Amino acid sequence: MADIQNESGTFEELATPLFARLYNFAYWLTQDRSEAEDLVQEAYVKALKGFGSYRQGTNFRAWIYRILKNTYLTSRLGLRVATLSLDDDDSVVEPIANGTPESILISSFDQQAIRAALEGLPVHYREVIVLCDVEEMTYQEIAETLTVPIGTVMSRLSRGRKTMRESLKDASIRSASRSNLK
Amino acid sequence: MTCDELHGKLMRYVDSELPASELVEFESHVRICAACAAQALGLLQTKTAIRAAATCYVPSREFCLRVEPSIRARSKPRWLTMRLPGLALAVVAAVLLLASVTLVVDRSGREREFTEIADLHVATLASSNPVDVVSTDKHTVKPWFAGKLPFSFNLPELQNSDFKLEGGRVAYLERDSGAQLLVSLRKHQLSVFIFKTEPRGYLLPHETITSTRLGLHMESWSEDGLRYFVVSDAPASDVHDLSALLRKAARP
Repeated sequence: MADIQNESGTFEELATPLFARLYNFAYWLTQDRSEAEDLVQEAYVKALKGFGSYRQGTNFRAWIYRILKNTYLTSRLGLRVATLSLDDDDSVVEPIANGTPESILISSFDQQAIRAALEGLPVHYREVIVLCDVEEMTYQEIAETLTVPIGTVMSRLSRGRKTMRESLKDASIRSASRSNLK
Repeated sequence: MTCDELHGKLMRYVDSELPASELVEFESHVRICAACAAQALGLLQTKTAIRAAATCYVPSREFCLRVEPSIRARSKPRWLTMRLPGLALAVVAAVLLLASVTLVVDRSGREREFTEIADLHVATLASSNPVDVVSTDKHTVKPWFAGKLPFSFNLPELQNSDFKLEGGRVAYLERDSGAQLLVSLRKHQLSVFIFKTEPRGYLLPHETITSTRLGLHMESWSEDGLRYFVVSDAPASDVHDLSALLRKAARP
């Protein structure tokens, strides 16, 4: 896990290494290349404009990801997602199932199946999983990026991963049924 | 620590969020409890699998190139820049900055690709079956790839050179399939990798690139929609000579 980076430097020094990663995150949010490009471009313009407000020595990564996320929330796609209610209790962290480690199931799937399961998650689960597992952000960084409490980060991670496992399990059963029919 | 207590901490463990004090107790338990160890391992593997699967979207070269003019278009009107030279400088700096973003992203992507190519070469040499088609005859090796790759390529005649074709296999760079050819020279092994330049061509500029890292020499170039890499621990001059033969063969 990467440490929280309290960074100083020019915008170029801080933002350049994050360009491709921000694009990957933007794509996972929007699920569309064109929308992801617009989102990254707009976020960079906003970040450039607002760089004066960035406090040197604080966590730049969380700052620029937050700009991208907020840009997404005010975009057409983001507004549509925001209208969906979050009726789950964010304070509850789902316990990990005891017994046979069904988590191993995920690692046995091919990348396409894992991507499909991640795509199928609601955005608020998908984004924490991408930030945690792909971007290797700490819970604290994710909380700063999404402006939610750490407890919410943990519960969304827990529920998101559980939903992914269930989704892959279902896909596995469907695939096995198809094979038996042949 | 009981198994139930451990399960409550599994997620924080795999996410490296467990405090050091709890970590010691956690790890002591998994050392003696096979079920919990399997659970923790499964979750760690899951995290790794998700990371590998979800690190998949890369900005296109066109997008990188488009960022610069789009920023320029957003810059202030000319009359403003004339009256406010400081502002003009800031706008120019922003344009240059975004241009350099593209360049540095290109460079870091290129370095990653070189590392991956070197890893593929080393892994091949470490394998007990380094090639899937074993032949010194290019007329056997080349047809073997037909139907296995979404492209075709030309191979040089090596009979009159010091190089000897050993065979080939299908290689994967991220999600793209390509050809890997193993060529020997004295006691050295050289790998030739051939991939389509698109859709990841933006990472790889079209000029020839030479690189030396970890004792491996590499030369890479684009030709007719294909990207070639030659990598080996052989001297850089030998890598270059094989590259020259491949370039010549690619231009009938």
